[in-house]
Amino acid sequence: MILQFRQQTNRQTRKDALAARLLALLSFFAASLLLLIILFLCIQAWSVMRLETLLQFVQSDGWHPSEGKLGMLPMFWATLAAGIGSLLLAMPFGIAIAIFSLYYAPAALARLMNLIINLLAGIPSVIFGLWGLTVLVPIINQWQAPGASLLAAILVLALMILPTIAITAKSSLAAVSPMHRQAAASLSLSKSTTILSVLLPPARSGIVAGVLLALARAFGETMAVLMVAGNVVQTPHSLFDPIRVLTANIALEMGYATDGHKAALFASGIVLMVLVSLSISIAYLMDRRSHANI
Amino acid sequence: MSLRQKIALTASAVFFLLPNLASANEKRLVLTGSSTVAPLVLEIGKRFEEKNPGIRVDVQSGGSSRGVADARSGKADIGMASRALVASEKDLFAHTIALDGIALIVHSSNPVKTLTTEQVKAVYTGKITNWKQLGGNDKAITVINKAEGRSTLDLFLSHFKLQNSEIKASVVIGDNQQGIKTMAGNPNAIGYVSIGTAEYEESNSTPIRLLPMEGIPAKVEQVQSGSFPLSRPLNLITRTPPQGLAKRFIDFAQSPAVHDIIKDQYFVISETKGATKK
Repeated sequence: MILQFRQQTNRQTRKDALAARLLALLSFFAASLLLLIILFLCIQAWSVMRLETLLQFVQSDGWHPSEGKLGMLPMFWATLAAGIGSLLLAMPFGIAIAIFSLYYAPAALARLMNLIINLLAGIPSVIFGLWGLTVLVPIINQWQAPGASLLAAILVLALMILPTIAITAKSSLAAVSPMHRQAAASLSLSKSTTILSVLLPPARSGIVAGVLLALARAFGETMAVLMVAGNVVQTPHSLFDPIRVLTANIALEMGYATDGHKAALFASGIVLMVLVSLSISIAYLMDRRSHANI
Repeated sequence: MSLRQKIALTASAVFFLLPNLASANEKRLVLTGSSTVAPLVLEIGKRFEEKNPGIRVDVQSGGSSRGVADARSGKADIGMASRALVASEKDLFAHTIALDGIALIVHSSNPVKTLTTEQVKAVYTGKITNWKQLGGNDKAITVINKAEGRSTLDLFLSHFKLQNSEIKASVVIGDNQQGIKTMAGNPNAIGYVSIGTAEYEESNSTPIRLLPMEGIPAKVEQVQSGSFPLSRPLNLITRTPPQGLAKRFIDFAQSPAVHDIIKDQYFVISETKGATKK
């Protein structure tokens, strides 16, 4: 009987080993796809990866590929402005939603809010864009022409990243050990003091990680921004200036670009990847720290 | 059948079938050139492939100049160009398959009824910024321009003899629909889109109005008759009078069998059917 049992475990370990190998293969495949994409971007952008053209990206006045002017800096600033602007707007709302639904809202209301936030997270970006173009932009236009502007981009993006911030903030707050709450209760601290001074600090890095993930999404969003931002290549000086972000630029021109123009678009893709990877890596580090804290 | 057997079977099926598909004996017709003509020819090509099994139509875009050069050098069986042939290209043969026209549009509530060529240039270069200067309301003009590389932009720029860097746009759009929606939401905007799109939207009570150009009303018929200034032919180019497969394809592209494709892409059907000029 013992022999039979041993055979069974042998078979079991063999199966496990096979599964492990298969899983390793699959995850290696997925990871190498990312490397292949980066490699592809670099190869495509190679022809402009020379010092003078790279300098031109920064120095050239304006983006007129057909005339050989490839100044990318205005679009870089526009991307940063739209991403960070939407973050500043969405962050207070997102964290407020998390705190309210966890600690203040009656159970039924909290469930409803969860549902709405999850729904908001699932709306395709083109729907946000369509709404922005036909509702939001005309309203802003009555106030300050042409309506399609940095402000419109920030508002639409804020709406899109709100669920990411709310959901991650909520899960990091919920992950704080109940001991903290019990300790606060035994000291008969008020609810607001408990939340602000006891529960928020250990959850902070988790919340920041979520916020940075949201920022990465804002940088990467294409369709909605393309529809509402006006797409004029210029450094934004006011909220009402029409702007073009890097993703929208790629989407607008890739189908029609050739040679140096195409390579420049791939180069702007690399810039975008770096921007997004940077925010995601910081988010990852913050998240690790938050687990260490809890 | 065990899971492992199923996987093995699928894998071997993929391995053995794929090369067979690729190496099937096919006749290829290569077309290169204008990025305006390419999407149209791509669709025409698909229908041609359906009707002629075993033939593959390979369409690559890269600009009208490439289309002319490839047709002349023989790199492509047929070149594509979104313009008429110029004097130095008279050794080649052009076959018009459709016409392209663009119309300037304003909001239907805009009192301005017509603009001269000089006025349009002044508006697009930022020398005129208020409708009052054109006899309209005291409102800032929202200038809608097209993104780099679009055929409508090329046609607009070449007609008004402008460089894209001279244009002071308030909004840059990608496709015609985005332009129409921006226009409908902004009573003080001016823009330009394919004439087919504009006429269709106007007849579907979208609040836009097509402006006449140089006194000629912006209508599909005017493009067809060749009298509308903002228009151009979409041509297939061959080095010799077309023969064999190329001839069959050009005849097909000029036949009524593809009229729905031309209309779907907002181009205008050429009235002089089968216009083949040397």
